[in-house]
Amino acid sequence: MSMRTLPLLFINLGGEMLYILDQRLQAQNVPTEKTSKVMNDIICTLFSKPFMEELFKPQDMYSKRTQRAVLIRLAHSSIMRLNQASMDKLYDLMTMAFKYQVLLCPRPRDLLLVTFNHMDAIRAFVSDTPAILNQVEETYQQLIKVYTPLSDGEFQLLRQTLLMCFQDLQIRVSAFLKDKVQTCSGRFVLPLGGPVPCGSEVPGLIRLFVRCPGEACRGQEVCHLFPSGGAYCGALPEGSFHMSGDRVITLGTNMYSESRPVQTQVSESQNFGQHTKMSIAPNLLAKEELTLLSHLLGSLENQDPDKTRTFYRVNLFTVDMEEEYGNCVELSFQVLNIQAAKDQQAEEELARIVGEFTEKGEPSSSPRSKGDDLLTLMDELQ
Amino acid sequence: MYHKEKSIQIKSSASALYNNLSVLRIAPRCLTYFTVVHANVVNMVSASWDGLNFSHRQLQSKEGNIAASSSLIMQASWCVLPSRELLVLTSQKGIQMYESDGSIMVYWHALDNPETPTAQAVFARGIAAVRENYICVGISSGSVLVFDIPSKGSNVMLSEVLEEHRDAVTDMASECSGSLEYMADLVTADDSGLLCVWKSGEDFQLLHKIPGFDVSCSSVKLWKGTVAAGYGTGQIRIYEAVTGIVHAEVNAHARWIYSLDIAPFSGLLLSGAEDSLVRVWHLTMNPDANSVEVEHLYSECITDTQICGAKFCDGDGYAFAVTGYDLSEIIRYTQA
Repeated sequence: MSMRTLPLLFINLGGEMLYILDQRLQAQNVPTEKTSKVMNDIICTLFSKPFMEELFKPQDMYSKRTQRAVLIRLAHSSIMRLNQASMDKLYDLMTMAFKYQVLLCPRPRDLLLVTFNHMDAIRAFVSDTPAILNQVEETYQQLIKVYTPLSDGEFQLLRQTLLMCFQDLQIRVSAFLKDKVQTCSGRFVLPLGGPVPCGSEVPGLIRLFVRCPGEACRGQEVCHLFPSGGAYCGALPEGSFHMSGDRVITLGTNMYSESRPVQTQVSESQNFGQHTKMSIAPNLLAKEELTLLSHLLGSLENQDPDKTRTFYRVNLFTVDMEEEYGNCVELSFQVLNIQAAKDQQAEEELARIVGEFTEKGEPSSSPRSKGDDLLTLMDELQ
Repeated sequence: MYHKEKSIQIKSSASALYNNLSVLRIAPRCLTYFTVVHANVVNMVSASWDGLNFSHRQLQSKEGNIAASSSLIMQASWCVLPSRELLVLTSQKGIQMYESDGSIMVYWHALDNPETPTAQAVFARGIAAVRENYICVGISSGSVLVFDIPSKGSNVMLSEVLEEHRDAVTDMASECSGSLEYMADLVTADDSGLLCVWKSGEDFQLLHKIPGFDVSCSSVKLWKGTVAAGYGTGQIRIYEAVTGIVHAEVNAHARWIYSLDIAPFSGLLLSGAEDSLVRVWHLTMNPDANSVEVEHLYSECITDTQICGAKFCDGDGYAFAVTGYDLSEIIRYTQA
């Protein structure tokens, strides 16, 4: 299907990750400068040149496992370390938020506006750091260059490809439930009404063109109305597809705030047996996927010559969680192993990457109480 | 006008793809077959008319090359020719034709996939059986492949490639009234909204090009020389096939239309869209005035479901079936 999904996928999921981290770090009263250190590191990694170049190459969608591995890697590109439970929850929140945006965007083309909403917020996060700001702005230009010429049909294909990637994922998110945009079954609410998409007309009108015989007669137009079944109104003005400006649609803006903490409930009623079937890969993209991972790691190495720096464990969510740090490393191991069976070169690359994971993944020795984790850790940050 | 029947459960949920439901009525055996695409799998269900027996089957997109990973399926559709019925699957890798029960693959046509992926996605989409012996399939490049189907056996031949579309083919339809009095046999649609009207034969002849307006035409039907086309804007347009004259414009849906169907005996038109609504319209020909009347008959909301497939289950439009993204069931409605 679409060969253009990766930049939108990772920028939007990355954007959601940053919203959640920002809110969680603030909610735990972490000083601003420490929060922004974490944010900056992640943004710097996400928008690093080699990583973006890799994403913008035309290619098929990645397997779910690779997507997850890359995003875990991204979350860990700062000094912050998440345990398995926090990471799982963060991942669920990110993917459900983006699924909601993909599903609800009025026209397929509006996916680009959703992406710009994330980009605008990211730009604001790094407004004081010119070097990173520059990377972000380059990505804007790249997005505009690659995506604005696409036809509506190509955008629809892109949207359908993303929807396939999130198919059967029906985790309940408290923020969505509270806003009544998600039902208890995990399905998102589709409003029957509101403004129609740009370029569409409010449903309810039938225009018939009746021609009478004979050349001279130009015919007449007859209109009939029918009940549309919803309270629809005319389209809003089109949002800005430029570097800045009013995007008009709010999908992709930050939905978390101090008053609305990030929480999830995991739906148990859903049929998760289908998940394994849906992970279409292990496909033959293993090599490309590895390249991407190694770019991510590569960029980390460059930016972090000081290999001895300490990592901090963070418990993002206040619910009880098992603190099994090793899980995360294991997961990455699993992901990469599958691909390793395929070629020798990949295997060597793998060994390096896995080494990287374990090396950086050494759990800090002193056990900490769950709730205070972040605070304590952040205090040690400087 | 219609009431909801018991739904049919399917093994995996429907993907968001145009025309993602195909229905085949097998009258001698009092059975109806349904297919719904889920990523790289086709869900097949055969349902007995008394509603008591359902049998399920899943088809993987087996490719010619075993080593290749299984690719995503774009569409599955039954093709009814006078001599035989085939199930046609289109995917990223190519076109597969099966016996109608999905048991035997009769033919496999591979698409040219470049070694290094390019920005232009490669896939086949849009399937139609035309007249006695043709099955036509659209390609993302805009080409329409015409296959000559033998009355039995697997000696399928690619007989012609039609090159009039410049954008990816979205859907196509053959004349469904069964009457031979109409000149046009086939209409093909693409991502720019362009419609091409064809007369079939040893060489397919282009009768007319109905220009698009840069909005995808996602679903198209041809009935009694009249084209019904559904667009990304939610609009339905009714054209005279051979001249391209517009008979009607209907602001039918608030979101992208995914599926249209016509019940040839009654002139009922069914439309399903991302706005979660499925609507039934009535088309009446008025040959004296050279016009077509369109009347709205019925709407049904499938709550919180972006509809991706909607098909009548019989030629009168007595019953219809609907599928939607993330939905693991086929919802059926019957006239009260």
